[in-house]
Amino acid sequence: MEKYTLVVNGKKHQIETESDMPLLWVLRDILSMKGTKFGCGQALCGSCTVLLDDEAIRSCAYPISEVGDQSITTIEGLSKDGNHPLQKAWVDHVVPQCGYCQTGQIMNAAALLKRNSNPSESEIESAMAGNICRCGTYNRIKEAIITASKSY
Amino acid sequence: MMPKFPFLKTKDPENKSKVFVPSRRDFLKLSSLATGGFILGVNFQCSGPKGELITFAPNVFITIDSDNLVTIIAHRSEMGTGIRTSLPMIVADELGADWSKVKIVQAEGDEEKYGDQNTDGSYSVRMFYEPMRKAGATARHMLITAAAAKWGIAASECHTEDAQVVSSGGKKIKFGDLVEQLKTMEMPDPETVTLKDFSSYKLIGKDVAIYDAHDMAKGEAKFGADIDLPGMQIAVIRRCPVVGGKVKSFNDEKALAVPGVNRVVKIEGAGIPPGLDKPLEGVAVIADNTWAAMKGRDVLEIEWDLGENQNYSSAKQLEEMLKSTSGNGQVRRERGNFNTAQQASGQIIERTYVAPFYAHATMEPPAAIAHVHGDGTCEIWAPTQHPQWARQAVAQALEMDYQNVKMNITLLGGGFGRKSKPDFVVEAALLSKAAKAPVRVQWTREDDLHHDFYHAQSAQRIRAVLDKNGNLSGWNHHTVFPAIGATANSAEIHPSDGELGLGCIDFPYEVPNIRIETHESKAHTRIGWLRSVSNIHHSFAINCMLDEIAEAKGVDPVDFVFNLLAEDKDLDFAGELKGDFGNYGEPLDKFPWNTRRLRGVIEKVAQEANWKKALTDGKSVGFAVHKSFLTYVACIVQVEKGSNGQIIIPEVHYAVDCGIGVNTDRIRSQFEGGAQFATSLVMTSAITFENGRVQQNNFDGYQVIRMPQSPKKIHVHIVDSMEKPTGVGEPPVPPFIPALCNAIYKLTGERIYQLPFKS
Ligand code: FES
Ligand code: FES
Repeated sequence: MEKYTLVVNGKKHQIETESDMPLLWVLRDILSMKGTKFGCGQALCGSCTVLLDDEAIRSCAYPISEVGDQSITTIEGLSKDGNHPLQKAWVDHVVPQCGYCQTGQIMNAAALLKRNSNPSESEIESAMAGNICRCGTYNRIKEAIITASKSY
Repeated sequence: MMPKFPFLKTKDPENKSKVFVPSRRDFLKLSSLATGGFILGVNFQCSGPKGELITFAPNVFITIDSDNLVTIIAHRSEMGTGIRTSLPMIVADELGADWSKVKIVQAEGDEEKYGDQNTDGSYSVRMFYEPMRKAGATARHMLITAAAAKWGIAASECHTEDAQVVSSGGKKIKFGDLVEQLKTMEMPDPETVTLKDFSSYKLIGKDVAIYDAHDMAKGEAKFGADIDLPGMQIAVIRRCPVVGGKVKSFNDEKALAVPGVNRVVKIEGAGIPPGLDKPLEGVAVIADNTWAAMKGRDVLEIEWDLGENQNYSSAKQLEEMLKSTSGNGQVRRERGNFNTAQQASGQIIERTYVAPFYAHATMEPPAAIAHVHGDGTCEIWAPTQHPQWARQAVAQALEMDYQNVKMNITLLGGGFGRKSKPDFVVEAALLSKAAKAPVRVQWTREDDLHHDFYHAQSAQRIRAVLDKNGNLSGWNHHTVFPAIGATANSAEIHPSDGELGLGCIDFPYEVPNIRIETHESKAHTRIGWLRSVSNIHHSFAINCMLDEIAEAKGVDPVDFVFNLLAEDKDLDFAGELKGDFGNYGEPLDKFPWNTRRLRGVIEKVAQEANWKKALTDGKSVGFAVHKSFLTYVACIVQVEKGSNGQIIIPEVHYAVDCGIGVNTDRIRSQFEGGAQFATSLVMTSAITFENGRVQQNNFDGYQVIRMPQSPKKIHVHIVDSMEKPTGVGEPPVPPFIPALCNAIYKLTGERIYQLPFKS
């Protein structure tokens, strides 16, 4: 067991865990933050996407020992009251079906808008290609990102 | 005999109306609520204007309290169809509630109280449209009677809106202020209350956003694995890689040495047949957290007795299945005499179609939480489509009365039929009992793909006979696939009537000689139902064949199919079927098989997609039409070559006749999602077995489409209809598959006879 200090959504947490535990399970099982989802455990689906500084990462395949002092943003910390332009656009376009993939989609889109505030349709498609939505909400995700980019 | 599949269950009208017998006619005071659990989830903290919260509960679906809070129960499982919104909004509309302030509470699994909760077979709206309206209307009727009495005017002068009763003279009173007065009022008979006129609905027939959208966008929506209980342990299970296998021996030393691992427990499987509601044989590692459990599982040493399926190869079986279709099978429908037609033929077109096993791959892998208490009771939290089945299966496994099993339903991160089966819920219950603690069972993606209840692989052969005048005079359809029923009864080696009723036996076209035959095949794995079930492969084969016949005749496939329906009529297949026609559990007189409605969607889609022009413009467009789950759907798909030669789907048009469209936004979203789902079935997904084991491990092996491959513009044209509403969860999938295949043929010149098609 190792000791780590994590900054999650601006808040410091002291935790003690095995060094190979992926960030996903630290968030879900130890910090009890359930917004970040488990979909594949192999960096193949994007359900577990969080931001490490401004970069989107797959937390299921990111060991806690690699986090260092980079700050973590999860869906719970993306905005106060769910008013990030992406979250608003997600509601306006009624994007979710089952909703399970959507927090990962939103976090991945947040990273996209941070580096490209006005992405084209094909830029959105390739940036979001790592995030699976089995319900097939791709069309509305795309529309919502375009809407959000306008008020970003 | 109708097979006893939950998705085809014949509806029992007695049970339906039972939901209206108010369980408690009188008013429930706050004190009694706290223990009664009758409206679990309502905020008990608030106090009413008179210091005491009084709650009016005219039936199990509605409560109105003196603080004016209207709570509506959602009793069907939410897996992405929006049903948690669409049924409560029907109640709210009849009631005249203020939708923006309505609170929706998920019912626990209790069929005696709420009626059927098995969320499957696209039948929630079909089954509950009427009952939900009556539930709302009953409460509205009582509120209006109370207000009219208070004001000394006739009830006919009053209506409800925004959670108030309003008189024609302009008087207004909040629902909550009438609650006290309702104490002494008689309950009207829900069967005779007057329902609103359709034109006065404010929600039904409109786009209504889902209730959970905000929570989902904020990460606050609670799915199966999101419930935390104090002292909860996490279990991950190594299940036998071959269905029917057993644990010979295991060594848990290394697993127990992993920090955080507390216990290793063997789970007994049913063997062969594996059963639809039983766990598979395996060994569970129970730990403080998910990661420790996974690591413990990695180092488990298990010696398996793999059993009779250990040499199973799906490719070999498929070959045999395909071969069998050239012989005589069991005749399941016969019209005229196919042999005579064949002898008099001008041309025979014979084609075979094969489709693979598919996994559900719900985005949320199965997970469930159980807490078995020492006093012989148990509480479950699970993303289940079928609460009652799960409750019964748990009760059976724990040998307790099902009344002692409390079944809480979380949101489902996708269902598609997978989460009808309660095997994973039973696992949680057994492990909680063993660990004497609350336990969450967590399936990994590998577990999910290796141990699913798969959509069966299939082989089909269709012989189409054109007579000397070029008319389609004979149709001989052979179909073979391991039956769902075989999962519970190995003696089932032919597709059941129920499975044939899914788009095969009900071939609706006016062909004078029809013979439909099935062949034998055994199940060597667990077979289940996947979004639209055997409509998937039947629609693929039939619609691809019709397209090819039209081409052989040199006619437009849309015109060909339209004309093949001959005059408008209700089909009953009388005298032709060798078994029963299930009609999705509904009597034909109530839900006729109407060819006019099928034609209606053909006309509509051709017009909206500008079909003729697309053809003359040389676009690669494909068409198909298919009725399933009592909903009529036609589809036109357009494809193009992308810059790397890959296939792109720029545009899709759907026309749908699902009767009254209850929540039009969710109808569209189901069609959008259905097109995406079906694209995966055509382009990317397949499960195969060698040595009895599934060869795909994760989303790298079992691929589903991603955004760049997804159909770009999906237009959903809903036919204006006042027919009884029918479901839309599954019907988008079947016609899309052949429409896409037919479009790809236009683009590449190659017909698709085998799914998935890899470009
Ligand atoms: S769970 Fe991390 S990418 Fe799938
Ligand atoms: S909304 Fe269900 S997986 Fe994306």
